[in-house]
Amino acid sequence: MTVMQVIFLVTAVVSLGGAVMVVTVRNLIHASLWLILTLFGVAVMYGLLSATFFTVIQVVIYIGAIAILMIFAIMLTRRVKQEPGSSVNNNWWLAGLMALVLFTALVWMLSTWPGFQTTLPELPQDFDSIKVLGTALVSPEGYVIPFEIASFLLLAALIGAVAVAWERKS
Amino acid sequence: MISLSYFLVFAAALFCIGLYGVLARKNAIAILMGIELMLNGVVINLIAFWRFRSPEMITGQAFGVIVFAVAAAEVAVGLALFIAIFRRRNTIAADEIDLLKW
Amino acid sequence: MEPSTLVWLLPVPPLLAFFLIVFFTNRSKTVSHILGITAALLSFVGSMVIVTLAIRSGHLGEEPFSSVLNWFPTGDTWFQIGVWVDPLTVATLFFVAITILMIFIYSVGYQNFGQPKGDHDQPGLPPHGATVVDEHGHKHKVPSIEPMYSRFFAFISLFAFGMYVLVVSNNLLTLFVGWEIMGLCSYLLIGFWYAKPSARAAAIKAFLTTRIGDVVMLLGLAYLYYLAGSLSYDVIFSEETLHLLTSTGTPFVGISAAVLIGLFLFFGTVGKSAQWPLHVWLPDAMEGPTPVSAMIHAATMVSAGVYLVIRVFPIISAGMQHGEPTLTMNVMAFIGAFTGLFAATIALAQNDIKRVLAYSTISQLGYMIAAIGIGAYVAAAFHLFTHAFFKALLFLGSGSVIHGVEHGVLHTGEDIDPQDMFNMGGLRKKMPFTFWTFLIGGLALSGFPFITAGFWSKDEILADAFAHANWPVLIVLAFAALLTAFYTMRQITLTFLGKSRTESAEHAVESKWTMTLPLVLLAIFAIIAGWPGIPGDFPLIGGFIPNFVHEFVGETLSEHPEAIRFSWIPLLISLGVSLGGLALGWWVYRDIPAGAPDPLEKPLGPVYKLLKNKYYFDELYGYIFVRPSLWLSETFTYLWLDRTIIDGFLHFVSRITFSLGGVFRNYIDKPVINGFGDFVGESVKRIGRSGRYIQTGRVQQYMIMALIIAFGTLFSYLFFISQP
Repeated sequence: MTVMQVIFLVTAVVSLGGAVMVVTVRNLIHASLWLILTLFGVAVMYGLLSATFFTVIQVVIYIGAIAILMIFAIMLTRRVKQEPGSSVNNNWWLAGLMALVLFTALVWMLSTWPGFQTTLPELPQDFDSIKVLGTALVSPEGYVIPFEIASFLLLAALIGAVAVAWERKS
Repeated sequence: MISLSYFLVFAAALFCIGLYGVLARKNAIAILMGIELMLNGVVINLIAFWRFRSPEMITGQAFGVIVFAVAAAEVAVGLALFIAIFRRRNTIAADEIDLLKW
Repeated sequence: MEPSTLVWLLPVPPLLAFFLIVFFTNRSKTVSHILGITAALLSFVGSMVIVTLAIRSGHLGEEPFSSVLNWFPTGDTWFQIGVWVDPLTVATLFFVAITILMIFIYSVGYQNFGQPKGDHDQPGLPPHGATVVDEHGHKHKVPSIEPMYSRFFAFISLFAFGMYVLVVSNNLLTLFVGWEIMGLCSYLLIGFWYAKPSARAAAIKAFLTTRIGDVVMLLGLAYLYYLAGSLSYDVIFSEETLHLLTSTGTPFVGISAAVLIGLFLFFGTVGKSAQWPLHVWLPDAMEGPTPVSAMIHAATMVSAGVYLVIRVFPIISAGMQHGEPTLTMNVMAFIGAFTGLFAATIALAQNDIKRVLAYSTISQLGYMIAAIGIGAYVAAAFHLFTHAFFKALLFLGSGSVIHGVEHGVLHTGEDIDPQDMFNMGGLRKKMPFTFWTFLIGGLALSGFPFITAGFWSKDEILADAFAHANWPVLIVLAFAALLTAFYTMRQITLTFLGKSRTESAEHAVESKWTMTLPLVLLAIFAIIAGWPGIPGDFPLIGGFIPNFVHEFVGETLSEHPEAIRFSWIPLLISLGVSLGGLALGWWVYRDIPAGAPDPLEKPLGPVYKLLKNKYYFDELYGYIFVRPSLWLSETFTYLWLDRTIIDGFLHFVSRITFSLGGVFRNYIDKPVINGFGDFVGESVKRIGRSGRYIQTGRVQQYMIMALIIAFGTLFSYLFFISQP
């Protein structure tokens, strides 16, 4: 058991446990908090994968913006009376079954793949992933077009969200 | 040693849990949370493959960045939608928003 | 031209006249009668030419004028028709041509040509008179012109055509054609005034009664054709054919084919010449106009019947052994003699002037048939010849009388029957021409000695009967002759002599020249027609003129008949019955005042009633034949068979079809076919109705369904389709 493995296991347990709580708890604020925990765990995973940029981005964007936004939305869409009944709909068992089947299928399929047990390769020396990523994202031989389109998308989403949620003065 | 399988299984598990959340939860925002989980699983998959299979190419990370951006945009729009719906129908339980039913 | 070619042309003018009048000149009365009379005149001239040529030829009996043409193919030979003029034909042609011409001329006057149109005359009814205003302003009613004038001339032209065809034909088939044409015309002419129900009934009665005779005659013709292979005279009267006929047996025991054919053909004559038992139509036929009665019942139609039996005498007498008459001849003698007496008795009690003459015709025809029955061939032909003249004369004369009395009726406005003799009287002074000609005709009918034609022909028959020692026939015919003379004188006395019994008779006038001229001409013939037949060995007179009739007509037969030896007894009988009957008739009926009953009524008692009602034969036939026929047609055929069974069956079939249609509709069409269609639609609806619940509107459920299907597809693809 190497150090990496231990860290991995702990992180995995925390993340998955948090994820399960997200989809299980009744109170939505609690769920969102559990979501934040899970996202933290995923950020650590990114770190284990030497994708340091993603770690930071995960924390900043996902937790700092998206999760907070969700909390805002939860607040705004609260009903005065807390809704009774279960937190899941009628077909929850079918959903669970589907998830289980999918997981099993995926894992089984992956296990038949020879590359399943690939070991961690060595990164090249002086591999500054952020710099490389930055260069790739803006260079024309790289991924500038997806980058620009993604920015368009964000602009559209921004405008769209404002438009959809605009309260009409009646 | 950590092999690729660890991360792939982890990502798969995260994805499936997210799927359960999407399919089973009543509250729309809870569904959104499930979707976020699924997206996170996807990105982990991507980065894992980048790291283990072709670390010299930065394509994996670039892909991951774009997925991130899309996820963010989608959350924004989605929440705006939920708020609009809530204003109209005073509910965001997914099985009460069934106007397109028979 | 050849005589035989001219003979072909004899029937043509009247036929042309008929068609022309019917198609073109119906409107114009003048043109119509000109056409008719011209046609009769042409045929008359042609007939006289033929007669002259025939008499001049000398041996007409062996070589008659004849010519044939092929008519229709029968197997490998042809059925031939043609013309045939032998002495019998000549004699018949002579009187037919003259009487037809006289009747045509007479009809102009009888149908009141030149008179004004009637006040309310309708076609189909006899004319009723027109009112004229003379110069003093007096209104007179005068006889009016017949509305259907042209039609009358058309019909009598057709009638003349039929008779000419019958007389000149050389075979029994065209004879039958002429026979039937005359039957048709007698129907049309008896029912000339078709709006009168009695005329209609009489026409039907005439046609049906003669039809019975015609059917049997046709059977005889068919049988004859079957045995002999032909109907032409030269074949059927030849030795071989006659021998064949007498030797062929029939299903009836003891009767040879000749006898059977003879009887059948005779039956046709019984119908046509109104012998008992088919005599009932002739008196009723008096419903037609008088020229029609003259034509049909004197000159032509009834003579045709006698002409037939005279013509087929070889067949009738075939198989005669030593002068012994055949069965056919015996039957004919019986029927002829019986009818002669029977009709004469009825004539005694008739008051209508035309009816007396009708029964008289029946009686005289009986004479002729009886003559054939006893084998007196020449006598029968002779009597036919003379009878035509004086009977036509008598009928036309009676028409003149009726016209005169009708004139009086119109003048005085009296409501009496102008045909009843008891309403006449004293017409001698008013209508002299009519009187003298009628008297000559009546004397001829009675057989007034020496000067009238009737005497010579009747005497010949009686002499023949005496010579063959046929006592029953002789006695019966002699008695009938007595009655004939009696009722004839009765008729003349009541009509012309004495004083007028009614106002109308007082005011009667003589008829126009168109009517009296034919009377005079016929009267001349009624006198002279007998003289060619005076027997050679008659005391005193005989021998001056050769017995032309006997020589000439007798040639027709292959064996020239023997001349009868003169004997005093039949002569005395003839003289006795005719003079005695005439005297008795005058004596009983002179000075009958107006309104007095018939002097015979009291002495005869119930017999008189029997005679007046014609022995109730009409009622008998009505009961036996007419009522069952009507029942058969109205009830049995129409009601039961036609309406109930046939229509009922059809209605039944239609009902079945209808209910079958209903079954098809309700049990197959609606449930199965409609039901299937409805079922398809309904099930789609039902599936839809229950299927739509899939669309819950809940996104999560849609996703689950999508996932299941996706997984399923993927699963099956990976594990079943693409195997590693």
